[in-house]
Amino acid sequence: MTNRIDQKFAGLRARGQKAFIAYISAGDPNLVATRALTLALEKAGVDILELGVPFSDPLADGIVNQLAAQRALEAGTTPRGVLDCVREIRRESQIPIVLYTYMNPLYAFGFEQFHREAEAAGVDGLLILDLPPDEDSAELANVGNIKRIRLIAPTTPPERIAQITARADGFIYYVSREGVTGEQASVATSLDERIAEIRKTTSLPIVVGFGVSNPEQAREVAHAPDGVVVGSAIVKRIAEHGKSPDLVERVAEFVSPLAQAVKQA
Amino acid sequence: MIALENLPDAHGHFGPYGGMFVPETLMTALNELTAEYAKAREDAAFQKELADLLHDFAGRPTPLYFAERLTQELGGAKIYLKREDLLHTVAHKINNALGQILLAKRMGKKRIIAETGAGQHGVATATVAARFGFECVVYMGAVDMERQALNVARMKFLGAKVVPVTAGQATLKEAINEAMRDWVTNVRTTHYILGSALGSHPYPMMVRDFHRVIGDEARAQILQKENRLPDLLVACVGGGSNAIGLFWPFLNDESVKMIGIEAGGEGISLGKHAARFQGGKLGVLQGTKTYLLADENGQIQLTHSISAGLDYAAIGPEHAYLRDAGRIDYDYATDDEALHAFRFLSQIEGIIPALESSHAIAGVIKLAPKMTRDQIIIANLSGRGDKDVAQAAERLLK
Repeated sequence: MTNRIDQKFAGLRARGQKAFIAYISAGDPNLVATRALTLALEKAGVDILELGVPFSDPLADGIVNQLAAQRALEAGTTPRGVLDCVREIRRESQIPIVLYTYMNPLYAFGFEQFHREAEAAGVDGLLILDLPPDEDSAELANVGNIKRIRLIAPTTPPERIAQITARADGFIYYVSREGVTGEQASVATSLDERIAEIRKTTSLPIVVGFGVSNPEQAREVAHAPDGVVVGSAIVKRIAEHGKSPDLVERVAEFVSPLAQAVKQA
Repeated sequence: MIALENLPDAHGHFGPYGGMFVPETLMTALNELTAEYAKAREDAAFQKELADLLHDFAGRPTPLYFAERLTQELGGAKIYLKREDLLHTVAHKINNALGQILLAKRMGKKRIIAETGAGQHGVATATVAARFGFECVVYMGAVDMERQALNVARMKFLGAKVVPVTAGQATLKEAINEAMRDWVTNVRTTHYILGSALGSHPYPMMVRDFHRVIGDEARAQILQKENRLPDLLVACVGGGSNAIGLFWPFLNDESVKMIGIEAGGEGISLGKHAARFQGGKLGVLQGTKTYLLADENGQIQLTHSISAGLDYAAIGPEHAYLRDAGRIDYDYATDDEALHAFRFLSQIEGIIPALESSHAIAGVIKLAPKMTRDQIIIANLSGRGDKDVAQAAERLLK
């Protein structure tokens, strides 16, 4: 069965382009805005959308994403609401969607049940921040055609990289610096070596994230991997313009040059 | 059945509980810590250094004290108190802090971070960091900083930087989130001294091992004093470090019953308490799979307890396992019951207990009268109450 993520990377590869991946927190400032933002982000050049399912205790996230999750929860966002939002988006868009979340909301929903309902809603991939491959078990197995996206960190030793990529699907998400999510002034320099190291173990596309916030960085980072993720920088613009009527335009304006920089890299 | 003392497995599982549910950015540090701890555990020189520090610096062994007037007053079982409140830094937390600072030294780390609720673990960590010359940063919820101002000042005098955490309900859970974020960012130079039998493997196992000295001593002391084992052990349970430390060496003594007392807060209704076995459910929080208080969407719930050290939404995974196994029972004491115990023990034994430990005493007050005079209870007096005097005065002396 084909998956939108595979199709997207195949298409980009055929054109010799890199993927631009945007992260936003679902429900920030509300789910109606999330749908409008998604459609605008796609028009602005976003290839894959990572949609955060808000959790009360997002310990892998920095303050920007943490506050976004808090706003989303205050707006009444639930995992079921996020799936409904994806279903709405699917009426108008086939942009690949990866849900980014933590164990406990999935556990409360029913781990397997969540996979089934997410796939039915049109979700393509799932990145569970606090579920390393070491905890894979029958109970926490992937279900259906959802891709289980895995993270690799700068601290991940070589032998562990192979273990992770063997259990990954869709693409590999390389965290380009130590730390939680968030913007930073300069991005990691030893990136090429690390990407090469990961490539030895897998043919999956590799994307790099955490810390990219402007087109120059995006271009600089994009040459080695197959794609670049921008999260906190976008979430920060959503926070700034969340209540403004031109939220969607402002975010699209910010994202468009980033997406172009990545595609031209 | 697997012998209880062989848990956890190599990946930190206590049956269906525990494990390593953390972001990839922490896995390498946790694996290194697990490997180093496994070596230290078998290293006689490490164990000797720790034993010497526990003896000369922390003041072990602590007395097992026969609470004669408390026993008479309650009119039932004979009550002994394990006096962890007499340790340096006035709570059991120093046992674990000393063990972990020696590990940090072995691993060549330069910087120590910790979270703290009541401030006892923060003080213990600041103390050992000062003793060994480490930079020390302690994360503490802003609400807890207010109600435990004395401990904040102690940490500052000890040279630690205390960072207020204002997210969420600004108590222990948020402090742990911030400490983990710091660790993710500074993992190569920093060791995180987690203060309870919580979080990802190897912490629940390691913290338990560093506190089992409580139960080892108590077991030898009661055999010496009474020539028999106790009938019941009682301890308060937040994350559960003092309880597992007392209980663990008795797990195979079938005649010894054990009860953990959780914080019942203002009573068992959502957001008003921190008793995970009263309406909690299985979930994953801060690295471990265990019982926790969450809503139907898996969002962690607000908790409340008068005792900052018990005010936490999840219970240590080994407690969840031992409850399932039928080995430990759990009950709860409300804020009012704990305050009553606080005053009662102060007046009848001349010992002011910490509000955390007051929950254990509240359990004793409830249980001892139902037992016979030839039966024996050991309660863990895990900390002393000086830090809580202002807070208790506000409730009791007005």
